Amino acid sequence: MKKPKLPGVIGGLGITFKTMLKPAVTVQYPHEREDPPTRARGVIALKEENCTVCMLCARSCPDWCIYIEGHKEKRPPRREGGRDRTVSVLDRFDIDYALCMYCGICVEVCPFDALFWSPEFEYAESNIAKLLHDKRKLGEWMETVPEPEPLEIGAEVKGKKK
Amino acid sequence: MSTTNPPLPEFDIDPRAFRTLADAQMGVELDTGDMILNLGPQHPATHGTLRLVVRLDGERVIAADPVIGYMHRGYEKLVEFRTYPQITTLINRIDWLSSFANEVPFIDAAEKLMGVEAPPRAQYIRTILTELSRISTFVLFLGEMGLQVGALTPAFYGFRDREHVVNLIEAVTGGRFHPNFNRVGGLKDDLPWGWVNETRTVLKKIYDACDTFEDLVAGNEIFHARTKGVGIIPPEIGAAYGVSGSNLRASGVDWDLRRDGAPYLVYRDLDFKVWTHPDGDSFARYWVRLQETRESCRMVLQLLDALPSGPIMAKVPRIIKVPEGEVWTEVENPLGQMGYYVFSKGATGPFRVKIRSASFSNVSILPWLLRGVFVPDVITILASLYFILGDIDR
Amino acid sequence: MSALSFAVDIGWGTTLAIKTLVILMIVPATALILGYTFLLKMMSHMQSRLGPMDPGGFHGWFQLVGDGMKFMQKEDIMPAEADRRVFAMAPMVVVVSTFLIFLVIPAGPDIVVKNLNVGVFYALAVSSLSVIGVLMAGWASANKFSLLGALRAAAQLIAYELPLLLAIVGVVIQASTMNLQGIVGAQSTGSIFGFDGLGNPYILTQFVGFALFMIAAQAELTQTPFDMPVAESELVAGYMVEYSGFRFLFFFIGEFGTAFAFAAIAATIFLGGWALPASWGLSVGLMRFVGPAVLFAKIMFVAFLMFWVRFTYPRLREDQLQALAWKVLIPIGLLNIVATAILKVAM
Repeated sequence: MKKPKLPGVIGGLGITFKTMLKPAVTVQYPHEREDPPTRARGVIALKEENCTVCMLCARSCPDWCIYIEGHKEKRPPRREGGRDRTVSVLDRFDIDYALCMYCGICVEVCPFDALFWSPEFEYAESNIAKLLHDKRKLGEWMETVPEPEPLEIGAEVKGKKK
Repeated sequence: MSTTNPPLPEFDIDPRAFRTLADAQMGVELDTGDMILNLGPQHPATHGTLRLVVRLDGERVIAADPVIGYMHRGYEKLVEFRTYPQITTLINRIDWLSSFANEVPFIDAAEKLMGVEAPPRAQYIRTILTELSRISTFVLFLGEMGLQVGALTPAFYGFRDREHVVNLIEAVTGGRFHPNFNRVGGLKDDLPWGWVNETRTVLKKIYDACDTFEDLVAGNEIFHARTKGVGIIPPEIGAAYGVSGSNLRASGVDWDLRRDGAPYLVYRDLDFKVWTHPDGDSFARYWVRLQETRESCRMVLQLLDALPSGPIMAKVPRIIKVPEGEVWTEVENPLGQMGYYVFSKGATGPFRVKIRSASFSNVSILPWLLRGVFVPDVITILASLYFILGDIDR
Repeated sequence: MSALSFAVDIGWGTTLAIKTLVILMIVPATALILGYTFLLKMMSHMQSRLGPMDPGGFHGWFQLVGDGMKFMQKEDIMPAEADRRVFAMAPMVVVVSTFLIFLVIPAGPDIVVKNLNVGVFYALAVSSLSVIGVLMAGWASANKFSLLGALRAAAQLIAYELPLLLAIVGVVIQASTMNLQGIVGAQSTGSIFGFDGLGNPYILTQFVGFALFMIAAQAELTQTPFDMPVAESELVAGYMVEYSGFRFLFFFIGEFGTAFAFAAIAATIFLGGWALPASWGLSVGLMRFVGPAVLFAKIMFVAFLMFWVRFTYPRLREDQLQALAWKVLIPIGLLNIVATAILKVAM
């Protein structure tokens, strides 16, 4: 035999009253900020010295929002008597954030670790054309890229012997 | 844009004919006898861009015709020209409230064709994230069904409590709504430090939130008066129309693909109860989802305790080329039964993917279900069936 | 007001002008106060959020004033097929009925615009005028959703007039007068079984009447759980859906002003109005200043109850609503009257 409960209508009133007395959960942006987690996909940053203009990121983007142009240059050999080297130099690396789906395939696919995720999200513009970030701006985002966090217990750590 | 089924024998007028009539009467004419009302496509109760053309006699519905397709994005065409990782990104957006659960069957299909099996740790984490998506979408449902029947506050509680789960998913995958975390052969990344303990705390909060919803909404006599006896789906009719998931379980059918279908992820190792309710009305659908939320919390706790250690990704080549073949996978999505039929010709992307989405079939029962109900009950029924437009239209 | 004519002898024309001006200023101000406190702040905190915080600097007190200014400067949109004159007049009718209720509410020993001997009867009568305004709005909007809303509203408002009336009749029997100042006086000078420290607020003896009045007032204001006419998630504002700009502002002022008026009537006839118990021995002069504050506090309490219920419950369907009125509330109201009459004669 259950002990008699209050009618549900009264119980409901109690819940709203109790919630009214507790502090609200609102974070008053822009006066206060809640930082997103480390892995949050906010913006993509480019480390230009690592990029070899292999075009893998541009090819694997589902939206085709990465525009890359580069040219080959001849460099002197590293050692005496060696061959002339050819180096790819990046002319233009634009990501159009108006199209970007924030999927992360480009970051994952880059074989030379030239692209990184950063949790920075406050770059809204009133003019859509300004959402096309060129390589200078993408290089500036590198300062906001966080260190990769440690992994949970039980995860396999690559490179270490078990 | 709607179904091309032949007209049902119960109607005395071809639904397509009076839909054309409704289009012509989009202005202000009023029939003296019956009135044709357009609910949507812009309407707060239709969960998006569903258009429901109803023929009213006073406040009673004589006939109803759902018109879908306002959100058709052409998924099955889009995936013909994309590679497997790109498709994983796109199919997140079919059912956007529980997006992780959409990726899983597709990746499962690709792995079956390749003959690759994800390592156990990856399977466990996939199951945990699927159940977390289920919790997040059901908590939102518990709140917004209250909103559809008129109570303003539960909706806010739904969003507030869902935030915790969504933050958890963001901590792992980097995205709140579109995780894009599955890869053929495993997952993209492992869990961050401290995530397991954080999840345990959040699950306790969700458990308390379920109690709040039970007291505030499910225990409210006015809610009972609005939902009990409204929109009863008999089990045979429901099964005939292809209704699946919690909707069918609320009619008493004890069928859950996690337990009864082909094995996928680690559900066979879990000990969980499948909740059913004999009534089949809107209250039953609410109640079943409430219990399933609690059950999912318990399942995640079991999974966290049993989480194995090890690699997160199997050995797969850099560029995924799935060998020729065709495969059909179906899983228990939060909205119902979701399935993918993948036909591959050995390229980097599939040749054809057919997506069987749960809400498409759930909505097909509306012309049968809405006959003879009041207009407010139409809203209650739509809310209790819980469909997402992205899932209907793809 | 006789206080003024006490100090300086002004003609009836000037008095009339002053009274009109005061009412015209008070009603929107009360709508603002009620709207801000309960709709913006109390509802927000019940939903775990903060509500407006920035406008005006301190917890967003300027929000509704700013909203009012915004509405005033908007374009006057009318649907093409709408009936122009009826469409324009509908909000006026609703607002006028609100203004008229404020005429009889006493705020002090002689602070009342017109102390009618049939005060209570008059208040109920003019509050029914808003039904006409709602029907006009729904029909003239040339929109099927508005029409549905207006039809629901008409049936509901007329049905719930009766429980409202029956609740008040109990108080009238107990106070032996329909004059609102008289009812306040009877409560203030009365005593409960000989103990007169608290006066005799009629909520203690007429608790059934109080419950009936609150439920019926909730329905008269078309607030949840009786807000079918304005069902937000179905008809999206029902009969008001085609109204924008300052016409919508009038509906808003009408809704919240009437809420304030009904809360004032409830505070006056059930809680004792502006008066504190006479046994506390406060002078008439002091009550001229304290009275409005006391009345305001009691109104806020009653309004809190009304809005608390509004934000917690789902809405009843139209037929359930009607069944509640005709099959439950009216019989209870009649029994209440019979019991009150018997006890009044017996004691």
